[in-house]
Amino acid sequence: MTQSYRIETGGLINRNKKISFKFNGTSYFGYEGDTLASALLANGVHLVGRSFKYHRPRGFFGAGVDEPYAVVQLYRNGETEPNIKATEQELFEGLEASSVNCWPSVNFDIGAINNFLKIFLPAGFYYKTFMWPKSFWYKIYEPFIRKAAGLGVASTKHDKERYEHKYEYCDLLIAGSGPSGLASAYSAAKNGAKVILAEDKPRYGGSLLTSDVNIGNQSGKDWADGIISELKEMPNVTVKNRSQVFGYYDHNMLVMSEKVSDHLPKTKKYHPNKRLWYIRAKEVLISSGSIERPIVFGNNDTPGVMLSSAAKEYLKVYGVLVGKKPLVFTNNDSGYETAIEFKKHGIEPIVLDSRSNPQSEIIDEAKNLGINIKNSYVVVAAQGYKKVKSADVATISEDKKTLGNIENIVCDCICVSGFWTPTIHLASQSGNKTKFNEEIDAFVPGVSKQNETTLGAANGVFTLEETLKTSFEKGKELSKKITEKDNEISIPNVVEKKYSKHDKFWCVPLPKGKSYKRFLDFQNDVAVSDVEIALREGYRSIEHVKRYTTLGMATDQGKTSNLNGLQLVSEIENKVVPSVGHTTFRPPYTPISIGAIVGREVGKHSKPTRKSPIHNWHEEHNAVFVDAGVWLRPRYYKRGNETLFEASKREAKNVRTNVGVCDVTTLGKIDVKGPDAAEFLNRVYTNAWLKLPVGKARYGVMLREDGIVMDDGTTTRISENHYHMTTTTAQAANVLSHLEYYLQLVWPELNVNVVSTTEQWAGAAIAGPKSRDLLQKLFPKTDVSNEGLPFMGYVEGDLFGVKARIFRISFSGELAYEVNVESDNGRFMWEKIIEIGEEFQIQPYGTEALSTLRIEMGHVAGSELDGRTIPYDNALEGLLSKKKDFIGKRSLQRAAFVAEDRQRIVGVVPLDKKTSIPEGSHLVKDANAPLPNKKLGHISASCWSVEYDNPFSLAILKDGKNMIGEKLFVMSPLKNKVIPVEIVSSHYVDPKGERVRS
Amino acid sequence: MLHIKCPHCGMRSQNEFSYGGDATVKRPELNKEVTDQEWDNFVYNRVSPRGKHLELWQHLSGCRQWIKVERDTATHEIFKTYKANEEIA
Repeated sequence: MTQSYRIETGGLINRNKKISFKFNGTSYFGYEGDTLASALLANGVHLVGRSFKYHRPRGFFGAGVDEPYAVVQLYRNGETEPNIKATEQELFEGLEASSVNCWPSVNFDIGAINNFLKIFLPAGFYYKTFMWPKSFWYKIYEPFIRKAAGLGVASTKHDKERYEHKYEYCDLLIAGSGPSGLASAYSAAKNGAKVILAEDKPRYGGSLLTSDVNIGNQSGKDWADGIISELKEMPNVTVKNRSQVFGYYDHNMLVMSEKVSDHLPKTKKYHPNKRLWYIRAKEVLISSGSIERPIVFGNNDTPGVMLSSAAKEYLKVYGVLVGKKPLVFTNNDSGYETAIEFKKHGIEPIVLDSRSNPQSEIIDEAKNLGINIKNSYVVVAAQGYKKVKSADVATISEDKKTLGNIENIVCDCICVSGFWTPTIHLASQSGNKTKFNEEIDAFVPGVSKQNETTLGAANGVFTLEETLKTSFEKGKELSKKITEKDNEISIPNVVEKKYSKHDKFWCVPLPKGKSYKRFLDFQNDVAVSDVEIALREGYRSIEHVKRYTTLGMATDQGKTSNLNGLQLVSEIENKVVPSVGHTTFRPPYTPISIGAIVGREVGKHSKPTRKSPIHNWHEEHNAVFVDAGVWLRPRYYKRGNETLFEASKREAKNVRTNVGVCDVTTLGKIDVKGPDAAEFLNRVYTNAWLKLPVGKARYGVMLREDGIVMDDGTTTRISENHYHMTTTTAQAANVLSHLEYYLQLVWPELNVNVVSTTEQWAGAAIAGPKSRDLLQKLFPKTDVSNEGLPFMGYVEGDLFGVKARIFRISFSGELAYEVNVESDNGRFMWEKIIEIGEEFQIQPYGTEALSTLRIEMGHVAGSELDGRTIPYDNALEGLLSKKKDFIGKRSLQRAAFVAEDRQRIVGVVPLDKKTSIPEGSHLVKDANAPLPNKKLGHISASCWSVEYDNPFSLAILKDGKNMIGEKLFVMSPLKNKVIPVEIVSSHYVDPKGERVRS
Repeated sequence: MLHIKCPHCGMRSQNEFSYGGDATVKRPELNKEVTDQEWDNFVYNRVSPRGKHLELWQHLSGCRQWIKVERDTATHEIFKTYKANEEIA
């Protein structure tokens, strides 16, 4: 296929390298340096999609980040990405893209029926229509609307691409590499400042790429190329293209998205797809330029209607004609630049200027070239459905209210210029209170709130000479403050054409008897009539009008629509634009991939998975793992075809009859050291700690100041001033912070230090009636008899040459020990225990068996210490010292905490001794009571008791103390279960605790 | 993201810190009789001022020290930071 709209020579593309690509299944080719948009236009393709609401045909409106319509679904290297702007996507070999928002195809779209039903789809239509009946919303309306609306489709596959985050500090961050960005970067760099210069496009230079100017006796583009290559050589300068600074946050932090690989067919090895930069800059220079404003007229969304600056860019950068019979519709001199470019390439444009008698250098040039110029003329409406075929034009009166006779001019594109809107998004995001500049009919930055300065067109300065002068000076001034250097920079002389004043005209009135749609917001299908309805219905605040009509919302953020929307509101309301005010500009300025935001925080828990040093052994022995916080712990060790239920029963049973071993490395461990350590523990824990002798462990409970149990665990006195504290796996980090809080802020007079030792020790719990026999074989030189190492005792031992700590503590309720060795020896310890334990029928057990063992013993864990229970609720009130004060003690006097019928832990057994009780179920008195049935308590943990071979649960039950022996019902509406149960003691097995002391 | 000057380590980004609430709250002394009202004020009742506020932060992923930060809750401006035991000016 020939590229019938590509001119013979010119443009910045590489004509030596052809690139083939597919759009909606058809093959085309373009050149290296094309965007998808320029390549399609070169092939004469204008129809790229359908609009959001009415499904009207959509073409290209801009040539870059300002593009509101041309979003496509992109396919690259087996992946797909939605909502890519065709004007920003660089062409690569094998690129495939398709239209969005249309079915079955972009040429024949069933949804377009909405266009003919548009009188039924005005602003607020959804809000008004789908209100009733209420039950319809969830099942009928919402799925329908979601299907009909929406843009592209996100992939449901795992994203193979890699995204990185980078943190950077610099003296000056400069956003935009147009004339002001280049000039300020250059003078700051010469002063030795650390500079980052960011450009969102692949090519540097901004407006210099397309404008007809001369700087220091070179073309604007050559000057820009020279500055860039000089900057790239400087070690204190980072120059980044394809990098969009999209957000300005607190304390001068900006975020930039760098597209590292999007322009390539495939991401290079070891390269990320995108890189998100968090940049903390001492000074920020915003040189983001300006975006051309459309003029509003009938059917101004027809493919072929586009910004005149975009038409010029396609021609000058890509060598592409957007049409061969162009009509230029302008209210200022910019349109003439586009017309002159057309004329230079042998195309005959017609210029319609809304002004009656404009005079300027550039207009003279256009006249001298013989361009057909019609003054006091406007486009009333574009004609054509999928492409502009002609334009209805008319003269307009001086007051811009009355149209003359309608004439029809045949054309294939309408290039529109309604003057320029500074891109103030970043300044506004930083907190700058913007102000309205009457001269240019637009908002510009006002007083800076953070260290930000806006330069050039973004600041409403539209002459190159002034832009360069102020930018060189600003870059110099700001860098001098930081580096204290002051290099002289000579400001080059500038040759540019002078502009005459633009016309404040922005909207063509409707001719009598016509009801053309005149669009304000092209992305969200918001027309003049929609805003009129919103105002008629009483919406006044511009923020409310925005939400009711969707004007300026979504990915576009009102880049081309904002000001015209404000003009309309102020006109109807008879106010001036500044008193209407603009809506808040929110980051991101342009859509950013979710992948880039997430970065490397992907996969399980978005965090690195923690594994014990014994993990590989577990894997080798068929462990099935479970998440415990960020840790992976063996849940059970599968033998043959065993289920979880069978395996955990086997493992728990073996602990009760022989001996088992469990990896308890994940428990939090904190070293508490110092002469006041005992006093500190005495304040942190609810029970007494001052008299604990060296070589003894004690179980302790710690509260929050509000009296709620925070954590529990054993702490062992290793030596005079050294304690080894254990915490639950989940609370380890919180407990350390909690201890540090009291030591640093509340009781700084205590001479104590705390440090986490969780990673330093590997732990194995050895539990069961045969555990002592096994321990004796592991530590033949150590006396581990009941006298030598009594319950809650601690000794150090020698495990075949490895130093070990031996604690006689028990979570399972059996005779049990915990052995700790340095982490690196963890696997050695484990293998020795398994090897020597063989003669005692040892089996490893996982967390499921561990739970079973502790539940039937009535030992509390995280499911009871759930941040809502006090010591009494867990039958731990025996651990509350009456003699001393401790953290949270005063709260325990609160009325609710001492109520007679306070909730308390109980055991629950089903009457049939068969039905398992789902965790989280409610306990009720009467299963048939009307809903909502009064809840008396909830099931906190359930197991199958291996001791009695029937189901057993723990529950937190209102007035639990007096409920033992009561018959209640367990209800689980989720599992659709009602189970009659009996309330028993929570200490189901060995209620006197004899085994642990045996 | 805030930029907080840790008095021990220097300027660091907010993601190294964790927030710890109002720094002006003082825990009643141990073993001292306190009324319900006094205790409730310590545990629960907090003012939520718009403007200058003295806050606790912990430099969790740094030196692990608790510090005091004088910050404007509306503008996020940080005026001064203090060590845990430093006299507040």
